[in-house]
Amino acid sequence: MKNVKRILALTVSAALAVSCFAGCGNGAKKNSDTIVIGCSGPLTGDAAQYGVAVKNAIELAVKDVNDAGGINGTKLSYVFEDDEADSGDKAVNAYNALKDNGMQVMVGTVTTASCLAVIEKTKQDNIFQLTPSASAQDVIKNDNCFQVCFTDPNQGKGSADYIAENKLATKIAVIYDSSDAYSSGIFNTFKSEAEAKGLDIVAEQSFTKDSKTDFSAQISAAKNAGADLVFLPIYYQQASLILTQCKSANYNPTFFGCDGLDGLLSIKNFDTSLCEGVMLLTPFAAEAQDQATQDFVKKYKDAYNGETPNQFAADAYDGVMVLAELMKKEGITADMSASDICDKLKKAISDKDFSYDGLTGTGMKWGEDGAVSKDPKAVIIKNGAYSALTADDIAASTAQ
Amino acid sequence: MKKEGASAKTKFFKPQTRKSFITYAMVIVAFVVMQILSSGGYISSMLTGLLVPLCVYSILAVSLNLTVGILGELSLGQAGFMCVGAYTSAIFSIVTSETIENVWIRFPLAILIGGIIAAVFGILIGIPVLRLKGDYLAIVTLAFGEIIKNVFAALYLGYDSKGVHVSLKSLSNLNLEPDGKLILNGPQGISGTPNDSTFIIGAVMLLITLIIAYNFVYSRTGRAVMAIRDNVIAAESVGLNITKYKLVTFALTAFLAGCAGALYSHNFYTLQASKFDYNLSILILVFVVLGGIGSIRGSVIAAIVLVLLPEMLRSINSYRMLIYSIVLIVMMIITSNEKTKTFISANTAKFKALFKREKVKEAE
Repeated sequence: MKNVKRILALTVSAALAVSCFAGCGNGAKKNSDTIVIGCSGPLTGDAAQYGVAVKNAIELAVKDVNDAGGINGTKLSYVFEDDEADSGDKAVNAYNALKDNGMQVMVGTVTTASCLAVIEKTKQDNIFQLTPSASAQDVIKNDNCFQVCFTDPNQGKGSADYIAENKLATKIAVIYDSSDAYSSGIFNTFKSEAEAKGLDIVAEQSFTKDSKTDFSAQISAAKNAGADLVFLPIYYQQASLILTQCKSANYNPTFFGCDGLDGLLSIKNFDTSLCEGVMLLTPFAAEAQDQATQDFVKKYKDAYNGETPNQFAADAYDGVMVLAELMKKEGITADMSASDICDKLKKAISDKDFSYDGLTGTGMKWGEDGAVSKDPKAVIIKNGAYSALTADDIAASTAQ
Repeated sequence: MKKEGASAKTKFFKPQTRKSFITYAMVIVAFVVMQILSSGGYISSMLTGLLVPLCVYSILAVSLNLTVGILGELSLGQAGFMCVGAYTSAIFSIVTSETIENVWIRFPLAILIGGIIAAVFGILIGIPVLRLKGDYLAIVTLAFGEIIKNVFAALYLGYDSKGVHVSLKSLSNLNLEPDGKLILNGPQGISGTPNDSTFIIGAVMLLITLIIAYNFVYSRTGRAVMAIRDNVIAAESVGLNITKYKLVTFALTAFLAGCAGALYSHNFYTLQASKFDYNLSILILVFVVLGGIGSIRGSVIAAIVLVLLPEMLRSINSYRMLIYSIVLIVMMIITSNEKTKTFISANTAKFKALFKREKVKEAE
């Protein structure tokens, strides 16, 4: 009798344990009525605002597509998982969770580090991947992955070309984050292109993730080297500190940055008058006057408590819209497998005749390598708002 | 019939042997169950993806428990050792992926190299650091972990026909020839590590780690280490070489952490140094503390529960981190509160009695 009790206890506990594991995920459960878009990004942690912006924009875009009749009548739906911008297991966990939720196409991931961790997985599973904002070159090395944003090397090259062509400066200092893939990626190509174009980099100053509050050493090095332009391939939080500290060090060069500087004007408790004259290459500025941007900003603000969308949101919105366009063309339906969809979309997006006019550029085209070609817009901050950079502005800044 | 024979035999085992064998059995059973479930396709792809990380974190927790629980010193440099193991083994695998094609030779070699180099770092760090005590040791190991992370994040490494190129500044300072191969790309880390880690290898490594840990604890060295933990002066007075025993434990911890790092890096295609920050060290310390300081089985269970928990809570999305932290706090209170402790031990005694009664009879 005792023995029976004992065996019973063991079997029951074993069964419980098994059902617990098996119950937590029952393979790919799929809602067969809709085409499921999956995305992973940071909803918690340091980079959370990027993930939240992308999530909001995807929600908005999916709603817009569905309101306009969906994909030939089939509705879109989306799932979003938190990857904490992790570069290892958490990114893969988020990806696997998306797969369990029946993802057929991926608009993700938001950050470069996570994207590098999942590209081999999407390749293995043959899932079409269109990342709104993971910008490293390595992200698109597989043929199933495409970018909405510029590749880092293109940004570095574009910046160097722009500075050289418009003769903005001859002596350049660079302050970059050597622990960040985005920042050092831009810096590496900027440096080689600048050398090719005959620009003189007089100071190369770096900082790391752990020392991003005091830049006085980097600033005085740039100042002592007599640089008349400081190139900042970094994110706006650090840039705002650099601007403030340059001001107190009485150093007034021209500042030039990439899309990471987008957001400078919306920092709380920051004297935005310091940003006057800062130039940046960015695909999207919320203050731009064209109709499409205005409509998007208004919709976004109405839906999310008056928050201004940033470049990540615009990229994600474009990403979903591009997908919707391609799906309509290819006649994608909800019951197709992810792999079949991938094969079709891969061909369709790199088709020579396909181009898309979106928020982040007109006439966007993709090559088979996965990189997007669109014109970078150079903007300057004038009177507390972004405006297109004109010849007069350049003359004014070089005259200083 | 067989079972009874086995249970009769266990009487002759020492309690510690029985304890360790139960732990091994738990790991083996868990492995077999997961293997059967996954071959039948009953588990989600998320859980399948988690199997190797679960082994990695368990190994890390067990190895840190040797320093924290057995040696009684607080070390916050576990992520640093893991980072060394992960990077060196990944570099080894990438370089030799063409010359040694057999995975079953290459991967164990990579794990060993990762472990040994991490152990060398452990000894180098240990010599000056182990003369410090308590908080100071924690601070220095924390700093060590950060240094390792930042060095790897700034390191560019490549080779071409002229030999190996190393730079700590930028990619262009590397002066790599166009046909050269870039191995380490600064903050973008390593990509192209062969995905050699499998659940089988992970489970075997966890088992080996447990065998090493249990045998270490119950060995002569282990007893000496525990004597040092309990009273340094008494241990010294009976002639124990304090520095030696501390160093041995520290090096063993580093070795196992390095092996875990190798397992980790070969599970993913890319590896970035930013992963190995102090948050990871503290996470591993949380496993150890929650599982019970000094309890090896507890470390494994805590690691598995705490890695699984946030992933299982994904369905409640934005609240999952909140729930995770509440669970942590509740578990800490329950395991440290005297009243709850007596309540739990009383109930476990009852539960155990269900199994033991028969044996008592036999003994009578």
